[in-house]
Amino acid sequence: MSEKFDEIPMAGNIIEPGNAIEYKTGGWRAERPIHIAEKCLWVKNGTCGLCWIYCPDNAIRLIEKDGKYIHEFDYDYCKGCKICYTECPTDAIVMESE
Amino acid sequence: MTAVKKIPKDDVVIEGLTGDAAIAHALKQCDVDVLAAYPITPQTIIVEDFQKFAADGEVKTKVIPVESEHSAMSACVGASAAGARVATATASAGLALMWEILYCAASMRMPIVLTIANRALSAPINIHNDHSDSYGARDSGFIQIYTQSCQEAYDTTIMAFKIAEDHDVLLPIMVCIDGFILSHNVERVEMLPDDAVADFLGIREPVQPLDPNNPITMGPLALTDYYFEFKEQQDRAIKNVPDIFKRVEAEFEKMTGRSYGMFETHKTEDADIIILTHSTAGGTAKVVADTLREQGEKVGVVRLRMFRPFPSEEIAEVVKNAKAVAVFEKCLSFGGAGNPLAMELRTALYHLAERPMVTDFVIGLGGRDVPPTTFVEGYEKTKEYLKKGEAPSYETLGVRK
Ligand code: SF4
Ligand code: SF4
Repeated sequence: MSEKFDEIPMAGNIIEPGNAIEYKTGGWRAERPIHIAEKCLWVKNGTCGLCWIYCPDNAIRLIEKDGKYIHEFDYDYCKGCKICYTECPTDAIVMESE
Repeated sequence: MTAVKKIPKDDVVIEGLTGDAAIAHALKQCDVDVLAAYPITPQTIIVEDFQKFAADGEVKTKVIPVESEHSAMSACVGASAAGARVATATASAGLALMWEILYCAASMRMPIVLTIANRALSAPINIHNDHSDSYGARDSGFIQIYTQSCQEAYDTTIMAFKIAEDHDVLLPIMVCIDGFILSHNVERVEMLPDDAVADFLGIREPVQPLDPNNPITMGPLALTDYYFEFKEQQDRAIKNVPDIFKRVEAEFEKMTGRSYGMFETHKTEDADIIILTHSTAGGTAKVVADTLREQGEKVGVVRLRMFRPFPSEEIAEVVKNAKAVAVFEKCLSFGGAGNPLAMELRTALYHLAERPMVTDFVIGLGGRDVPPTTFVEGYEKTKEYLKKGEAPSYETLGVRK
């Protein structure tokens, strides 16, 4: 953020596409979603995935590895919007204050 | 681009054209890629004539008849972002409706040519000339040039593209004519051959156009961390305008023998009182000055052309030895410390150890006629104020009070 006026693109143009990934919006979060694996349908049998579908920030990863189902939050980008918490049918997500 | 050369007399087409038609013909020759506009009096003929050129296949321009001026300027920004040469036209309420996007056009650095037939703002509804519309947009970041004749409107429209599209500028530009007084008044206009205009302007070379193969984002968000730096860029860009303007005019002069300057001076060298005004009132002022000179009065005229950027130093240099400058302007800045033109001048003179007195006369609002006698009245008042050693900050002339 130390660039001077002549060290940045004209008119605020973003001249390289896809660079939103550099902007880690996780810092906006007031509450953090916590996953309770024992209650989660994805972990149990690889179904559901509603949290992953609804997350507006692509901050949930559903991983399938060696026949196991793993659920992960990407806290670099999770803004703590609570949508996953609201949508989860089994209360497998709880919110904790940051 | 080929070197500019003098156009032989026989290649020049002479026609009787209104100010609007002169601008439409200039736009036609400038090979505009996109023209998006909404009709409004007294600008309507510009777009009407241009639509006719398009319908008759005389131009390849994509004409977009939008549903409002807000959309007109938005479409212009989009087209300009894609690298097109873009023009539009408006007046009064239409300009007011463009407001939000005027700022976008300037800060996104889109070299759009916006021709304006200056008209009063409502209410009450009035279709006639004053400068409240474009004066109001003076801080939008547009370059503003005011013209006095149909020939000058034609010439300035052509030069406007070259100034705006210069890579050291990249700013939108307003070319202003007085509504009805010039927009609907037929004058002799010398028109250049098409290929001379094409050679003079060349093809626009966009710096950072929208391109699916090299995707970029324009006009995104910049908050406390970067916004100010982008304004610094914009401020520096508009400061480049006088140099580029002079270079473009010099080239145009080589081709046509005509150039106008950022302002015109008329008998100012030894003048005690200098009249400052612009647009068609400038013509009246010069006639008045000539007549008063015959009666032994030492009076001259500065007819301003470029209001943005305001040529402060250059004007100060011309008027600094006069006893007074009498400003005649067609706009009221309600409740302001002064009216727009006088305010600029007073600021331009402030640094001088000895300043001429500045008198300010608001004239011609809503198209009220400005006969020579109005100038004489202001001139006589200025002489009186000089004798008294003080003047009111401004007064209205030509109104029943
Ligand atoms: S809280 Fe919102 S952003 Fe964070 S993982 Fe849940 S849905 Fe995504
Ligand atoms: S919505 Fe709840 S149950 Fe479904 S995958 Fe997400 S955490 Fe698991």
